[in-house]
Amino acid sequence: MAQLSYREAVSRGIAQEMARDERVMLIGEDIGGAGGVFKTTAGLFEQFGRTRVVDTPISEQAILGAAMGAAMTGLRPIAEIMFSDFFAVCWDIVVNEIAKMRYMTNGQVKMPLVIKSGNGGSLRMGAQHSQSIENWAMAVPGLKVVTPSTPLDVVGLMAAAVRSDDPVLFFEHKGLYASKGEVPDGEIVDELGKAAIRRPGKDATVLALGLMVGRALGAAEELAREGIDVEVIDVRSLVPLDTQTLLTSISRTGRLFTVEENPRLLGWGAEIASIAADECFWDLDMPIRRITTPHIPLPSADSLEDAVLPSVDRIVQDVRKGVSL
Amino acid sequence: MTLHGHVPPEPDLVQLLTPEGVRVDHPDFPLEITDDEIKSLYRDLALVRRFDGEATALQRQGELGLWASCLGQEAAQVGAGRALRSQDMAFPTYREHGVAWCRDVDPVTLLGMFRGVSLGGWNPNENNFNLYTIVLGAQTLHAVGYAMGVARDGAVGTGEPERDTAVLTFFGDGASSQGDVNEAFIWAAAANLPVVFYCQNNQWAISEPVERQSRVPLFQRASGFGFPGIRIDGNDVLACLAVSRVALDEARSGQGPTLIEAFTYRMGAHTTSDDPTRYRLSEELETWKHRDPIERVRAYLIREAGVAQEFFDGIEAESEELAIRIRQACRALEDPSPLSVFDQVYVEITDELAEQRSDYADYLASFEGAGR
Ligand SMILES: Cc1ncc(C[n+]2csc(CCOP(=O)(O)OP(=O)(O)O)c2C)c(N)n1
Repeated sequence: MAQLSYREAVSRGIAQEMARDERVMLIGEDIGGAGGVFKTTAGLFEQFGRTRVVDTPISEQAILGAAMGAAMTGLRPIAEIMFSDFFAVCWDIVVNEIAKMRYMTNGQVKMPLVIKSGNGGSLRMGAQHSQSIENWAMAVPGLKVVTPSTPLDVVGLMAAAVRSDDPVLFFEHKGLYASKGEVPDGEIVDELGKAAIRRPGKDATVLALGLMVGRALGAAEELAREGIDVEVIDVRSLVPLDTQTLLTSISRTGRLFTVEENPRLLGWGAEIASIAADECFWDLDMPIRRITTPHIPLPSADSLEDAVLPSVDRIVQDVRKGVSL
Repeated sequence: MTLHGHVPPEPDLVQLLTPEGVRVDHPDFPLEITDDEIKSLYRDLALVRRFDGEATALQRQGELGLWASCLGQEAAQVGAGRALRSQDMAFPTYREHGVAWCRDVDPVTLLGMFRGVSLGGWNPNENNFNLYTIVLGAQTLHAVGYAMGVARDGAVGTGEPERDTAVLTFFGDGASSQGDVNEAFIWAAAANLPVVFYCQNNQWAISEPVERQSRVPLFQRASGFGFPGIRIDGNDVLACLAVSRVALDEARSGQGPTLIEAFTYRMGAHTTSDDPTRYRLSEELETWKHRDPIERVRAYLIREAGVAQEFFDGIEAESEELAIRIRQACRALEDPSPLSVFDQVYVEITDELAEQRSDYADYLASFEGAGR
């Protein structure tokens, strides 16, 4: 058992898979000797060498286009897009090529690749380096989408992602890189498509992802002091989605809140809200509430960013209000 | 011979002032310049360096979230910046503080962006200096579109010095690998647009050396796209000025695009979040210190132009004043009001967003009087 930071867990997870399967390789900008701009690939170049840990030209289209071609030869590339905002400059390769290859070849070509990326806000990086874009990815048939919130999940979900024959977008939350958690020794392999109940409760279900999981738990603690017992679920995987765990909880508590970092329109919580409205409408005691960032580009000033991202206070207020209805 | 056996010769590097501060002539790029003008360039270089150094210090003191220093690249930037005419348009990356200086953008405005009180915020049309572009390469295509607009306005090739307009766009050796940059080359060439592509090859893209981007000197790429490319000593402000002038003149007169590769060095970290000792040798920095862009101008002014110490003392005093002014002004920059984040998302706020704003105002109001 070791205490690992979230960022160390990323390289631990990758190292585990690279050691196990020599078809796994890592490509991206600054990921080699420098160990990644977020230090999530530290030590891998030294351990696996220059043929398996490859610094690419500064072109996201090149990275993902080549990752796709490499996957066609049977390699299992892990490609890094430094900031998830830059998916926008290589989205064609993701959406039109990688996501559709299996489908368009009638399943004859697999796309066993992982695209890892630093996602999310809270680091004062402004409108073009802070976005939470899981919902862009979710909108594309053929892509799997995960966002771990703990070091242990990072390792296990990375392993699951690498071993998946579908392309997986693996969103690391930049605001969690320094956070720490226990990670057992030995091989760790998790499963895509499983949510985790982080705190059981009976009065309300709060769904969260990435950085928002900790905030939801913080809010649950405050609410517990007022006698409101909140169940916090870390959604972890958006595609596939663990609807069973989510719906069971929502039906039991009768109250659904989502905590989403993305701008409001079409956030992942909207999809879950729609599923919940379909599947357990008669079990609901109140309207579904989505707690999101407003539909704005993120500001970079500390005070402004703190004010617009869903905060513990905001979650407490909204849940308190909802539960008292 | 084999196809892969051919080794091209080492490229020429246009230089008009040696690292030792000696004026040299270049047959193709003569530069008529007075010592007073060189003194003025020295002032630019010294003040930009001081401002940049002050910004790095402010970041260390927690006053800025981040700073991308232009240390070592002052000549490449001031040379190009001073070659612009007021009607020309510049499209910078995030590191062109020296060009911003030449365009009269207040350094404090730049600091506001790095402090986080704005996302840029200045009006690109006021000083003909676009916002800093931090998603690599995009600005080169913006320059192409802008140049198309200029051409449509008939502001190319009229022969009127006040009217003919060129567009100058900056990018780095790393960004030269982006599709955008290559697409910009193609369009500018095919449509013969008045764009000057100015690549500051500072040898590094964060931790990646330029060899990761190219097997040929970057300026040579231009020939494949069908326009001239040239490599200049990017630490020689006179070469940067002379060649930029010619390229901009040719663009304004309708002769089409040029690629200038200013061969320089990023003497500092990529940004204040970066530690270059992790990936490059200190000897390299030592070598480049001997080619410092400011020292050579100083050496020239002292030895060849006989400029007295008072001049340098005067610049030193002016630098000090500038540093004090921006330090104070930076600390005084205030965070915008929370509700302002809803402004300017759309020309007219949507009902949906207006509702979010009013929810949000209620939420903020709930803290008032709650002892927070
Ligand atoms: C599209 C895109 N990809 C990656 C980055 C991250 N990034 C920021 S600066 C940089 C290196 C750029 O190097 P270069 O173009 O040589 O310019 P320099 O920073 O050296 O001035 C990288 C990879 C980015 N901002 N945008």
